[in-house]
Amino acid sequence: MTDLYQTQRAMRNMRRAAMQRGVIAILDVGTSKIACLILRFDGEARLREVEGVGPMAGQSKFRIIGAATTRSRGVRFGEIAVMNETERAIRTAVQAAQKMANVRVDHVIACFSGAEPRSYGLAGEIDLEDNVVTEQDIARVLASCDMPDIGPGREVLHAQPVNFALDHRSGLADPRGQIGNRLACDMHLLSVADSAIQNLLYCIQRCDLELAGIASSAYASAISSLVEDEQELGAACIDMGGGATGVSIFMKKHMIYADSVRMGGDHVTADISKGLYIPTADAEKIKTRHGGLHATGMDDRDMIELGGESGDWEKDRRRISRTELIGIMRPRVEEILEEARAVLDAAGFDHLPSQQIVLTGGGSQIPGLDMLASRILGQRVRLGRPLRVQGLPQAATGAAFASAVGLCLFAAHPQDEWWDFEVPAERYPAKSLRKAFRWFRDNW
Amino acid sequence: MRSLIPFRLRAAKHSGYRAGRAAGRAEPPMTRAPVAHDPAPTVWAYRMQRVMLTPYLRTMLRVGLPICGLALAVTVYLGDEARRNAAIGVFTDLREKFEQRPEFMVSLISIEGSTPELGDAVRARLDLNLPKSSFDLDLEAARARVEELDAVKSAELRVRSGGILSVIITERQPVLVWRQADGLTMVDETGHRVAGLFERGDRADLPLIAGQGADVATPEALQILAAAGPIASRVRGLVRMGERRWDIVLDRDQRILLPEDNPVRALERLLALDKAQDMLARDLASVDLRLPTRPTLRLTPFAMNEMRRGRGLDPLPETVETEL
Repeated sequence: MTDLYQTQRAMRNMRRAAMQRGVIAILDVGTSKIACLILRFDGEARLREVEGVGPMAGQSKFRIIGAATTRSRGVRFGEIAVMNETERAIRTAVQAAQKMANVRVDHVIACFSGAEPRSYGLAGEIDLEDNVVTEQDIARVLASCDMPDIGPGREVLHAQPVNFALDHRSGLADPRGQIGNRLACDMHLLSVADSAIQNLLYCIQRCDLELAGIASSAYASAISSLVEDEQELGAACIDMGGGATGVSIFMKKHMIYADSVRMGGDHVTADISKGLYIPTADAEKIKTRHGGLHATGMDDRDMIELGGESGDWEKDRRRISRTELIGIMRPRVEEILEEARAVLDAAGFDHLPSQQIVLTGGGSQIPGLDMLASRILGQRVRLGRPLRVQGLPQAATGAAFASAVGLCLFAAHPQDEWWDFEVPAERYPAKSLRKAFRWFRDNW
Repeated sequence: MRSLIPFRLRAAKHSGYRAGRAAGRAEPPMTRAPVAHDPAPTVWAYRMQRVMLTPYLRTMLRVGLPICGLALAVTVYLGDEARRNAAIGVFTDLREKFEQRPEFMVSLISIEGSTPELGDAVRARLDLNLPKSSFDLDLEAARARVEELDAVKSAELRVRSGGILSVIITERQPVLVWRQADGLTMVDETGHRVAGLFERGDRADLPLIAGQGADVATPEALQILAAAGPIASRVRGLVRMGERRWDIVLDRDQRILLPEDNPVRALERLLALDKAQDMLARDLASVDLRLPTRPTLRLTPFAMNEMRRGRGLDPLPETVETEL
């Protein structure tokens, strides 16, 4: 646990160093693509005076100066399966982005979607020593949360204090300086399989880069595609990626739950490929060009040439109607959404005051998804696109880049996590000295 | 910019099949194009690119490398003696051409403020083979050469427009004639030699001084001469004695021995005596003023004997006259 604490603190320091240098890279290691964005931090926002826009979510603090994507290889279900293939893919993306930015980056913040994230709610409570909540007290209350048994081979990815309660008052965002007797906190802890982190770390090190932060892509895409009031009132973000579909629930601007479904757009492609006996690349093309989820009478007449280069004329000249394609795609998408529904149910999403669901990720671009999703997930479904950030190329503004853009925001404004607070003073031998000092202060 | 489409889909090739069907026979099976592997830079290419993107290195390459290259090229080019000489020669040529332009040529010397004889001497001393470029003239050295002439007190040289070197000379004015064993010399008020003199009569207007080291004490001599105004007609000259003090020699072989210190004052006292008692008109051989408290007179032998006779004493025997 302390080991993790130190690692995460080291990453935070790395991030600070990168901010000082002004250049940091964002790496979204997905199943279907690897995206690399290079951010330049220019210090103060320049947008503010120019357009009369507020600082927004902090995205005016930085500017994207390099962007590149490459087809992902060696990644399955959002986890690295073939290490050197993934390393090559990361290298390709980073090199292209560096070339575009014409600057060298050494620090990278990465996200990935798989590795079986599991959420835990933690609660801790302490008696305040002198009625006023200090930073030390927050560290103590965070440390007092009892660590759940996350199982062997698991690692903590996020540990964010979600809520503070002081005596009978709950829902405090920042209790520092307030007066009370008992301080309680709720913490959301997200654990993932540590092999996934190890593999990613290894790949990034092999590319001569240093990891300055790591996040779950479900979390990253939620912070870019949920608007502020959705984050505040409660919403779920379903990030339909290539190999995994991330689900995260936000409430009061904190992530309170995250999970992932190990199915995604690649499975749809695989279904098409298998169902129509065509190569995966062709299936992908057909899916993106002609895919849909709602068949109409028009679709019966809309014939799609499958093509092919097998040399067999009959096979290469096959034509299917769009309805057939939809008939292949729809069950899989339904399955994914039902799994997501199950995840949301398990999280108790129906008890939240707001039932907003935002679909994002590359898979959310299938035409007709919103209608299908509203049948399965409830009425309040919308398709989300990531926030606009400065300098983002037009080609990278689509829903597929939600987690990359979210990671940019994460890099600019990371949420306080457990390791952002100092180790409570109890762990130091300075405690007795501190006690003596307080005794003096109280008695004179 | 690099395309952001994650992967490029192969274009479908249908035209070939259509053509085949039109011909009415089956198209031979097309060979599948080799599947291009996903492009990825090699580790070394990647590292090289990162190294080349290092800001420090980029600056070095952009600025340092051209400078180094230029320096190397220049060094190699000038490493050869002949090329170096040629390069220097070009510059020297240019410089010479510029200096030899008629605007800068000096062809005449005009000398002002001197007698014609001195002018000729100066001209000879300057020894400039004109015409010459004004860049080549070393006016300072020329001035030093001219001022080496005894008769020249100071000289001013400047190049005037029209290629004229104008020399303005201030001559030394002789104030004394200095007699030495090897001849007569005219000196100015500082004791500096002005010119030799063939005969005393040529410059009878100048007072005469004599003795070794007389030129060094010229200012004092001039003061004494000025003070000796009342007896100026009788003064034959001044003699420097032992490079220390002055004697005034009057006619009738009279001498006034002045002290080392304050000779003018001593002389003034003597002149006061002379005025009161008409002393110098008497038959004196010398007046010794060397001891200020005790001026001593020396009579001629004849006057001495006459004085003794007047007092009823025997005349002194004939003694050997000692010169002072």
